[in-house]
Amino acid sequence: MNADVKIKDSIDRGTVDSVRALEADRYKYGFDSDIDQEFAPKGLNADIVRFISEKKNEPEWLLGLRLQAYERWLEMEEPTWANTDYPEIDFQDMYYYASPVKKEGPKSLDEVDPDILAVYNRLGISLKEQEVLAGVQGAPKVAVDAVFDSVSVVTTFKKELAKQGVIFCSFSEAVQDHPDLVRRYMGSVVPMSDNYYATLNNAVFSDGSFVYIPPGVRCPMELSTYFRMNAQGTGQFERTLIIADKDSYVSYLEGCTAPMRDENQLHAAIVEIVALEGAEVKYSTVQNWWPGDSEGKGGVYNFVTKRADCRGANSKVSWTQVETGSAVTWKYPSCILRGDNSQGEFYSIAITNGCQQADTGTKMIHLGENTRSRIISKGISAGRSNQTYRGLVSSHKKARGARNFTQCDSLLIGDQCGAHTVPYVESNTASTQFEHEATTSRLSDDRLFYCRQRGLSEEDAVALLVNGFCREVLQELPMEFAVEAQNLVAISLEGSVG
Amino acid sequence: MQAFPKLSEAWEFGINLGKHDETLQSKDEALMLKINNLSVVVNNGEATILSGFNLDVPAGEVHAIMGPNGAGKSTLSYVLTGRDGYDVTEGSVTYRDENLLDMEPEERAVAGLFLSFQYPLEIPGVPTLTFLRTALNAQLRARGQEELSAPDFMKRARSVAKELRIKPDMLKRPLNVGFSGGEKKRMEIFQMLLLEPAFIVMDETDSGLDIDALRVVADGVNALRSPERGMLIITHYQRLLDYIVPNKVHVLAGGKIAVSGDADFARTLEADGYDTYAA
Ligand SMILES: Nc1ncnc2c1ncn2[C@@H]1O[C@H](COP(=O)(O)OP(=O)(O)OP(=O)(O)O)[C@@H](O)[C@H]1O
Ligand SMILES: [Mg+2]
Repeated sequence: MNADVKIKDSIDRGTVDSVRALEADRYKYGFDSDIDQEFAPKGLNADIVRFISEKKNEPEWLLGLRLQAYERWLEMEEPTWANTDYPEIDFQDMYYYASPVKKEGPKSLDEVDPDILAVYNRLGISLKEQEVLAGVQGAPKVAVDAVFDSVSVVTTFKKELAKQGVIFCSFSEAVQDHPDLVRRYMGSVVPMSDNYYATLNNAVFSDGSFVYIPPGVRCPMELSTYFRMNAQGTGQFERTLIIADKDSYVSYLEGCTAPMRDENQLHAAIVEIVALEGAEVKYSTVQNWWPGDSEGKGGVYNFVTKRADCRGANSKVSWTQVETGSAVTWKYPSCILRGDNSQGEFYSIAITNGCQQADTGTKMIHLGENTRSRIISKGISAGRSNQTYRGLVSSHKKARGARNFTQCDSLLIGDQCGAHTVPYVESNTASTQFEHEATTSRLSDDRLFYCRQRGLSEEDAVALLVNGFCREVLQELPMEFAVEAQNLVAISLEGSVG
Repeated sequence: MQAFPKLSEAWEFGINLGKHDETLQSKDEALMLKINNLSVVVNNGEATILSGFNLDVPAGEVHAIMGPNGAGKSTLSYVLTGRDGYDVTEGSVTYRDENLLDMEPEERAVAGLFLSFQYPLEIPGVPTLTFLRTALNAQLRARGQEELSAPDFMKRARSVAKELRIKPDMLKRPLNVGFSGGEKKRMEIFQMLLLEPAFIVMDETDSGLDIDALRVVADGVNALRSPERGMLIITHYQRLLDYIVPNKVHVLAGGKIAVSGDADFARTLEADGYDTYAA
């Protein structure tokens, strides 16, 4: 299974320290590193779906749901409207449960592409961890950051959460331990056959995170997929469900700044968020999947459905994303603003370099009265990459007083890349106020020169200017993430000028 | 009002005719910047801006460059700092015994060359202090020196800001974005005082400064005057030179130094204009 290597090096230092203070137990390798080697043959049919469900010991209703999704998926067609171009995917030529065929990993770090090693070093990743990331033979299957690899720490962390009644576990665990919650909310934001990839996910999803925050609870720490134990099963069809009950708050971090090689080319995840009355959810992502080689070959296709339902009045959901990886990205984290006075936010930095393609944006669907949304999108295209911002802002009849502000800025580096903006606006009430601002600019030679005159190298100057361009979004990230994200911006753009 | 002598007579009045290199040849080792027979074209060679340009600035001296609009003063500043689009077709520039023209712009900065821009650039989204700390540490790193910690940097930045009467709030704003013309100029000097460059080129830093600011800026510049430091001050106005008294004043016209003189010469120029020298 692809995620036998699961690294999260993005963590909240504050949390680390506080948890450390709680219990200073030393590192021991408590993870189950023997991964079940059983696997299903290549291809997809109803039996494979049954196999997956059985392996996970799932209840009948979930198997039924998977099979139903599979039937629907068979009748659907892969969408082609995105501004992306990639060879046809052969869905029968993939493994849907634990691939037995592992590409031979490098024997040692000496055999790893020096460019990749350089990036690891710049991110300050330890040698041991580099081996895991690069898939060196004999390296541990599961790795966590060296400063945070103690099971006891994770346990302490879980205890702390449990005290508050917060549920934070893998999706599979939730299916076993909290079936009522899962059954009640799963698919209530992203319907089963919402789109081609989501439907596929419903049929074959592997694992992911489950979060429930009880009424009135402010989750005491940033929740990160990093802390999740036994996360190796998340796989390419990740499934995440976050439920914030009345007046609760949670900040959730997803992702990893280190570029991760992955043998699975297709990733089709679903993330659903439900915010009940007065609840607030912040969901931050750093996505740096393998973008492929300099010709764009071998990179990850990231076809993700992320959606939040601001179901209760006065609820609020913020999506913040830093997207620098993947060969092809197709992703529109959205908010359904159902509750009156609910708010949705989308802050995005998308960087494409080399041959990457990204068609990304958001949907803000105003259903309730006085709902507000804010979209700040910063797209940076370099190299021969191509990027499209695609955003929908709509208001329905009852959405009196709905307001949206959209600011969509594109920055071009070099003259071989492309940036496109496709805003869709649908207003069905007279009293809505939708504002849209868009700019496209080229990285200014004059500014670059100014920075260099002050002593910055060309690459540092580019990084500084681009970080400046993205500032409004970087500010929305949790502190620790923000610093990493800034470095990531710099690294992603290396070699883009000169 | 004293009429200014014709070019041919200039020498007799004790004014160098731009060929004063020879007189300084003997103390070549003290020269910080030596520009020899420089020709510069812009626009892919379509226009020649400087040709046969000679100038020597010894360490410890402040030289003023004056001259009509479009004479090529800013062009000179850009050639010295290595801006793209200004191509040298002839001649050489030696800075502290190194071939300056071979160096990248940031290498020149690291070697101590600083330009106070005539039109400072806006850097959106980058707080002034962030910009400067990044720049200062980049220079220190490149010189193999220890970088300044955030608190040390802040301390230093605050004291310089106070000296220049810059409000601390301003340092948190993105560099130059929305700054007034005068504020931008003052910020150039702020950067200069923080970076403590070895050789300073100031391109019309006085333009746009109010009288009080002019004095504050001049005090800052004078504080940097030292036997090791060289300065080129491009200006249109005597006023600045009342505060920063130059060792020499040159007139750039017709692509070269048309005439040079001492500090008083600037006063004469202000009275009479450049008509005599325009090529
Ligand atoms: N890229 C360019 N293409 C064409 N002409 C240029 C270019 N850059 C500069 N010039 C010309 O070169 C000449 C010198 O310009 P420069 O800016 O150096 O003058 P200056 O002496 O600084 O003038 P001022 O006193 O107005 O600042 C001007 O005529 C200007 O139009
Ligand atoms: Mg000028």
